[in-house]
Amino acid sequence: MNSENKVDVIVVGGGPAGIAAAVTLARADKKVVLIERGKFSGSKNVFGGAVYTQPIKEVFPDFEASAPLERRNVKHKYSILSEEDSTTVCYENKKSVQYGSYTVIRAKFDRWMAEQAKKEGVYLVEETVVKELLLENSKVVGVRTELEDYYSNIVILADGVNSLLAKSINLREDIKPKDVALSVKEVIKIGKDKINDRFNLNDDEGCVYEIFGGPMLGILGLGFLYTNKDSISIGLGVALNELVEKNIKPYELLDKLKAHPTIAPLIKDGELVEYSAHLIPEGGYKKLPKLYSDGVLVVGDAAMLVNNLHWEGTNLAMISGKLAAETAVQALDLCDYSANILSQYQKKLENSFVLKDLKTYKNLMDVMHDRKYSFLEYYLKKVNAFFEMFVSVDSIPKRKKYIDFIKSVFTDRKITELFKDGLSGIKLLWSIFK
Amino acid sequence: MSIDDKLSTVKYTSDIYSHLNPDNDKCLNCQSKCCTIVCPANVYSWDDDKKKLTVNYENCLECGACRIACEKKCIKWEYPRGTKGVTFRQG
Repeated sequence: MNSENKVDVIVVGGGPAGIAAAVTLARADKKVVLIERGKFSGSKNVFGGAVYTQPIKEVFPDFEASAPLERRNVKHKYSILSEEDSTTVCYENKKSVQYGSYTVIRAKFDRWMAEQAKKEGVYLVEETVVKELLLENSKVVGVRTELEDYYSNIVILADGVNSLLAKSINLREDIKPKDVALSVKEVIKIGKDKINDRFNLNDDEGCVYEIFGGPMLGILGLGFLYTNKDSISIGLGVALNELVEKNIKPYELLDKLKAHPTIAPLIKDGELVEYSAHLIPEGGYKKLPKLYSDGVLVVGDAAMLVNNLHWEGTNLAMISGKLAAETAVQALDLCDYSANILSQYQKKLENSFVLKDLKTYKNLMDVMHDRKYSFLEYYLKKVNAFFEMFVSVDSIPKRKKYIDFIKSVFTDRKITELFKDGLSGIKLLWSIFK
Repeated sequence: MSIDDKLSTVKYTSDIYSHLNPDNDKCLNCQSKCCTIVCPANVYSWDDDKKKLTVNYENCLECGACRIACEKKCIKWEYPRGTKGVTFRQG
């Protein structure tokens, strides 16, 4: 072992989870190396668009003063799209800032976070791929990069959704296609004034727009749209197995969403700045990998910590990184890097919102996969059909229209299916609130 | 807009080696050839004359969809070398 190359902790992956872990360790005066495979932190990373204020402040309390932020989100829109029509709900609050979010460009924001970590003592190694973990008596003792070996007492794996390293030491099984969503996204330049006009925003105010249905009708997938300073991020995520089963290319689905009459005017005359794609781990609580072993901890997407119902990922990543680092500090102070000590990380996660929330929704994805036609097509279409009926002025007495609509809910679909939907819904609610 | 036009907005540093290496013997017997469907960069296409999977690894967005979707689990999937592959400027 080359002692010159030995540090307290090696963190693999310079995304939000890895940076949060590394900077927390540096602040505790631990020697930490952060290895990023991209040209810079953020250069291999993609997300929808928004980061959450409160969890970032837990790691970078003053980030709002100098981080590259796009817009502060004051508006949350939710639309149900059918083939031609749509129903939209919008929540707006221009005052509250404490527990809100900002849209960011990951290539700028992650890079900024990594720079802050460097200033606080993290040794950042970029453009370097970790090829494998170094083991001694089945304990993780370091990493092998393309160029050299690095040794440490603890390795934190923040190497993202594909985490080949967690797989290599059997902390996770092969991911099944139904447990990940493939997200494709386009950043489209529109111009600041047009964004302000189209979304009814002032300068620096942003909108988060979640889209159900449309080209994804009957498919387990959701669309999203975020406003940046002078561009719009639009995309959709679809369960990978659905693309295979339906034989649809992901970018063709996105083109259909962009062409929908409710969406097209928002991005009209825009110029594509960048196309991108990324996987989202969506298996939830039941599909969590093993989060620790001798000499190793797993954080962020590598640990599949995503709350898909609430569009949360970077916050779970940063908090898990912070908790892993705090556990590592305890282990380093005790000079004990065994799974026994590192299991404290799992306990910390269980006591935090991270695993509490994932546990709350542990049955969600099973129900969504099982009843996707119901919840992602039938009832969505019925919502739009209701409003179409409600606004149509056609000289038919209203009472008859209501009765016909209610009848249609029970005749357009088998009673047994309606019963199963109800039962699934009740079971899901019970699993959330029990 | 075609997928090629979309991909023209992405910054790549191409390697001379492919980081995506399917086992063509297994691809021959693959029914779904689902890598040709799921890949968001249209990296894979089946050449029916040569009976071979064509891999345009230079266009890879490094998402991992093919690796997980592959029913034969036969794609040797690695990250491109440290200085290579995609560099997202937005992300």
